[in-house]
Amino acid sequence: MIAFFKKDTFFRDACLALFSWISLVIIFFVIPDPGIHDIIQKVFILGLFALSLNILIGYLGLIAFGHAAFFAAGAYTLGLFLQSDFIKIYNFGAFSIPVAIILSICVSAILATFIGSICIRLKDIYFSFLTLAFQMVLYSIILALVDITGGDQGLMGGFSKPPFLGIDLSKPFDFYAFTIFISIFVILMLRQIIESPFGYGLRMIRDNAERPAALGFNNQNHKLIAFIIAGSIAGLAGSLQALLDVGAYPEWAFWAKSAEPLFMILLGGMNTFLGPLMGALIFEILNDFVTANTKYYGLVLGLVILSFVLGLKQGLLDWIVMKFKESKNNNAQN
Amino acid sequence: MEFAAFLECLTSASCIISQTAGGLKIGMLLFLVASGLTLVFGVLGVINFAHGALYMLGAYFSWQVMNVTGHFGLSVFLGALGVSIVGLLFERGLLNRVYNAELLIQILLCYSIVLILDDLVMIIWGDEFLSSIGVPEIFQVPPLFVLDAVIPPFHLAIIGISLLLALSLWLLMTKTRFGHLVRAAAVNPKMLEALGINTTVIRASVFVLGSFLAGLGGALASSIGSVVSGMGNSILVESFIVTVIGGMGSIGGAFLASIIIGMSRSFGAVAMPLFTDGIMFLIMVLVLILRPQGLMGDKK
Repeated sequence: MIAFFKKDTFFRDACLALFSWISLVIIFFVIPDPGIHDIIQKVFILGLFALSLNILIGYLGLIAFGHAAFFAAGAYTLGLFLQSDFIKIYNFGAFSIPVAIILSICVSAILATFIGSICIRLKDIYFSFLTLAFQMVLYSIILALVDITGGDQGLMGGFSKPPFLGIDLSKPFDFYAFTIFISIFVILMLRQIIESPFGYGLRMIRDNAERPAALGFNNQNHKLIAFIIAGSIAGLAGSLQALLDVGAYPEWAFWAKSAEPLFMILLGGMNTFLGPLMGALIFEILNDFVTANTKYYGLVLGLVILSFVLGLKQGLLDWIVMKFKESKNNNAQN
Repeated sequence: MEFAAFLECLTSASCIISQTAGGLKIGMLLFLVASGLTLVFGVLGVINFAHGALYMLGAYFSWQVMNVTGHFGLSVFLGALGVSIVGLLFERGLLNRVYNAELLIQILLCYSIVLILDDLVMIIWGDEFLSSIGVPEIFQVPPLFVLDAVIPPFHLAIIGISLLLALSLWLLMTKTRFGHLVRAAAVNPKMLEALGINTTVIRASVFVLGSFLAGLGGALASSIGSVVSGMGNSILVESFIVTVIGGMGSIGGAFLASIIIGMSRSFGAVAMPLFTDGIMFLIMVLVLILRPQGLMGDKK
């Protein structure tokens, strides 16, 4: 039996989550700048993507280089479902959006089960390369199926977003509040999983795989479940991105897209739970600021990453947590 | 899927010959680049994500030398030499700091160099496509016709040059003292150091050799295609595929895998024009599942 839940911190975390959501909703009205709202939404979508990858990188020590496969799978599933005649025939009406999001998560989870069960048998760089190869196969399929996916043009034609439960996603505020609510909810759930006995099992596998195996742990099962959870959340992030852009693009399945969450994890930190979210914030602000001032975005991003790799040697949130602990220790000694 | 076209091609000698020649050209050019990548991995244990960027630099350097001197051989040679110098600076200045770091840190360090170099060449040479430096005059002759198949003589020259380099690389690794030291450094660098060999020099020279091969590949590519920022990215991924299929660190394996990939690209373009890349990645997936150490790699 695998325990996914830890009771004692849940209440505190849930209060924090609710508080964060309410503060962000208030920010929407305090700062009436659509540019800022857009950045916050994207930070949460990309943050979900990066947090999901960090389950594998930070907690399992597996460098997955094909994580965008699930992001793209979620995005294309949502787009294709909302464009299909299926909705009209079965009269989904108002519920087409929630059904589409759930379907995207399911498709990504199934894809992750398939890819994961093959990949987790490999270690180190071989694991990375196999995830990369699977992602690129998916990318090639998306490009090849021009009639369905629109090939290299992306999924065009758009889709309507019918209101459900009083939420009309075509209104900026509804989309903002909805996206952030879903994201924070999933982050809260993920936090429970990471702090549960299952989550500590993952850390144990990362640090010393023989020991949990000797204790009767099924290491491969743990890895596969972590892979599926990571893939499903990436699929959710992809479906939210597709809802935001009203379409899906093949670049989301290209290997360079898999490098983005790696940057975020590096910038924010892999050893602190919210590090990747912080990384997404840095990444998005950098993106917004630099592209507004120069077209040489890559140069600036490259230099920032270089300075993190060689200078700080860890993510910003990891560094802050480390400094905080150090000062606490110093105070205790004095 | 164009299976009818594929079958038709397989039954016509001219189509088979021209596709095979095309596949060999792609494969041999790929081998030049991928052999550098696999060599660097074998000795340094680092996946050099910046290898494609070095290839791109080789193309830009040779384009620049061609513009100044107008001499083909000189521009290809100086292009590759220039990349070796960049490679030396990269290895000594940055890469040697992360040899013992985690895989993620190594990947991100190399990838940041890709981002920086892609933009630097745009700042220096502009973001337009630069026209190819063209083939040297002696190859500006009508193509050869073998059983109605059209084969440009310069493609044969590229295949010849690459085969020659593959042969000299093999001789270098198996018949010289340097080659023995490099292979020893790949297996047990500590023991080599204990015997009084400077492994730092060996690592640096292997990286310079790898950069030279990438630069040479880029310089030759600039003679048959245009030069543009980001041109190294697709060759980088293809070099990964070759490295993985052949066995990481195995130069012989890279040679075999380059031919397989060249052929799959060339015949795949006939059979499944929209899924040519997909075929390559499917081969990679199959090899990783059935034989993770690669066709000619050592089992760990």
